[in-house]
Amino acid sequence: MEQVEERGGWGALDDLPGNPMMWILIISELLVFGAFFLSFGVSRMLDPVGFGQSQALLDGVYGGVNTIVLITSGFLCAVAVETKSIQRARGLLAGAIALGGVFGVIKMIEYGDKFDHGIGIETDTFFTLFFLMTGFHFLHVIFGMILLGIGIWKPRRDVLETVCAFWHMVDLIWVLLYPLVYLAR
Amino acid sequence: MKYQSQKVALYYFTGALVLFVAQVLFGLLAGAVYVAPNMLADVLPFNVIRMVHTNALIVWLLMGFMGAAYYLVPEEAETELHSTKLAIIQFWAFFLGAAAIVVSYLLGNHGGREFLEQPLWGKIAIVIVALIFLFNLTMTVLKGRKTAVSLVLLVGLWGVAVFFLFAFYNPVNLVLDKMFWWWVVHLWVEGVWELIMASILAFLMIKLTGVDREVVEKWLYLIVSLTLFTGILGTGHHYYWIGTPGYWQWIGSIFSTLEVVPFFAMVVFTFYMVYKGGRDHPNKAALLWALGCAVMAFFGAGVWGFLHTLSGVNYYTHGTQITAAHGHLAFYGAYVMVNIAIMTYALPNLLGRSPYNQMLNMWGFWITTSAVSFMTFVLTFAGTVQTHLQRVLGEGFMDVQDQLGLFYMMRLGSGAVVVLGAIIIVVSLLLPGKEKQA
Repeated sequence: MEQVEERGGWGALDDLPGNPMMWILIISELLVFGAFFLSFGVSRMLDPVGFGQSQALLDGVYGGVNTIVLITSGFLCAVAVETKSIQRARGLLAGAIALGGVFGVIKMIEYGDKFDHGIGIETDTFFTLFFLMTGFHFLHVIFGMILLGIGIWKPRRDVLETVCAFWHMVDLIWVLLYPLVYLAR
Repeated sequence: MKYQSQKVALYYFTGALVLFVAQVLFGLLAGAVYVAPNMLADVLPFNVIRMVHTNALIVWLLMGFMGAAYYLVPEEAETELHSTKLAIIQFWAFFLGAAAIVVSYLLGNHGGREFLEQPLWGKIAIVIVALIFLFNLTMTVLKGRKTAVSLVLLVGLWGVAVFFLFAFYNPVNLVLDKMFWWWVVHLWVEGVWELIMASILAFLMIKLTGVDREVVEKWLYLIVSLTLFTGILGTGHHYYWIGTPGYWQWIGSIFSTLEVVPFFAMVVFTFYMVYKGGRDHPNKAALLWALGCAVMAFFGAGVWGFLHTLSGVNYYTHGTQITAAHGHLAFYGAYVMVNIAIMTYALPNLLGRSPYNQMLNMWGFWITTSAVSFMTFVLTFAGTVQTHLQRVLGEGFMDVQDQLGLFYMMRLGSGAVVVLGAIIIVVSLLLPGKEKQA
């Protein structure tokens, strides 16, 4: 128990890189998105035909490209945490932010395409959940970009670990969200 | 007690306890009207009785929070209060203002928005009182030591004032009206009040268990972030059926389900601190209230809240006695109990005595807590029957009410026991008992 005190008093969270509060946030986020995924799965089970029809209106290419963009961005972050040179770390984070921006632009084009076809958040349950889940995720991409910006501003090791942990969570959620919403038949 | 100015808390605690008794008496009266519906209908209509019951509750809880703040902030900041005189003026302004508002209710002068029925001058008076209070406290914290406990408390109290401003915005559109009404009601009790509660519990844990401040502060930050993370978007569980878009059903269901988590964290926090601290503090009653508060808040706010928070469930239970069950246990468990906890801890110190009347106080704890729990069960069963008859079978509202008579009688009975328990608590806190030999 005394040993716990010396390590910062956060218990198991002290073993993780970055600020323990970030991990509390990450766990909370995973709970929320987990609940959304569960809701999506159950709703789909209740209405497989309707969900299938609406899903067919999605373009898997947008999501596929965005998956590659986001994972690449996450890779740059991972390298930035490991690198010794501060300048190099800053550059890598800038690259990660830029790719986050690309993700955002593609997302906006995809949303615009849906709106042009008269599809919105109130179209049906599938699209309500589609827009809520991808929308919440999009907000986290924007928030993550701000965090990465803080990483450029103060490139201390613990800061880098903290902001990159968040960014990897954004990755992780997308990697689960994409197949669930776009691909699973 | 380390600072003379902490003594102003005595005004607030006393005022709060007086209103506490008034509140439960009006509750008892309202319970009686449920059993004998036409009683007092001409003299004192039910809507006015209920208004006094709910408003008195909110006012005395706030008054207790203010007393708690005036007690703990000087101790945390390690300095005297900015102005004792201002704190006393503020107390009388608040107390007399609240009394004037009650008189105006009894005369039939009130608005129509639930809980915000205060006439405009009443609302303005509340804002002035809040500003004096916040000025006094903020100045104190600014000149002294800044701790996590006092900062979280201050953020919570400022939040109370800021969100109250939405009480002045009264749009004609009913959807907007309800939407912003919840910014006061929900963001108070499921947002900023929770911060106040957590900081008071944290203060009590530091004092009662002797666990290091650093450890307590980490828990406090954890609880605060969980509260805000879940509670703010949890507002969505009020946006199911008021005319707001359908996606709120998803947002509200998911985030408000997670609102259980901070309350559970408070249970783990308090019990773990007590387990870890191992200090044998003489004020056993205060510890009982602090632990009881965490547990009952978890059940009342957390479990009973979750009971009807999913939109698919709420579609049937909305506005039934299930809501009343949740409301009673949540307010008692979270905010009544945290108030009594800090009063039980602070009053002996303020009066310069050893902890006194502890036995009586703990009897008050068990009697009141049991009675409120019983009331909650009764109302839950009443709500379940009501939901089935009214919402599933489609029977008329009044026909169903007639069939709930037995439940309402049992509720009245438990209400009478709550009044008894409340009186015991107030007596044990205010009347000097035999000095316990140290």
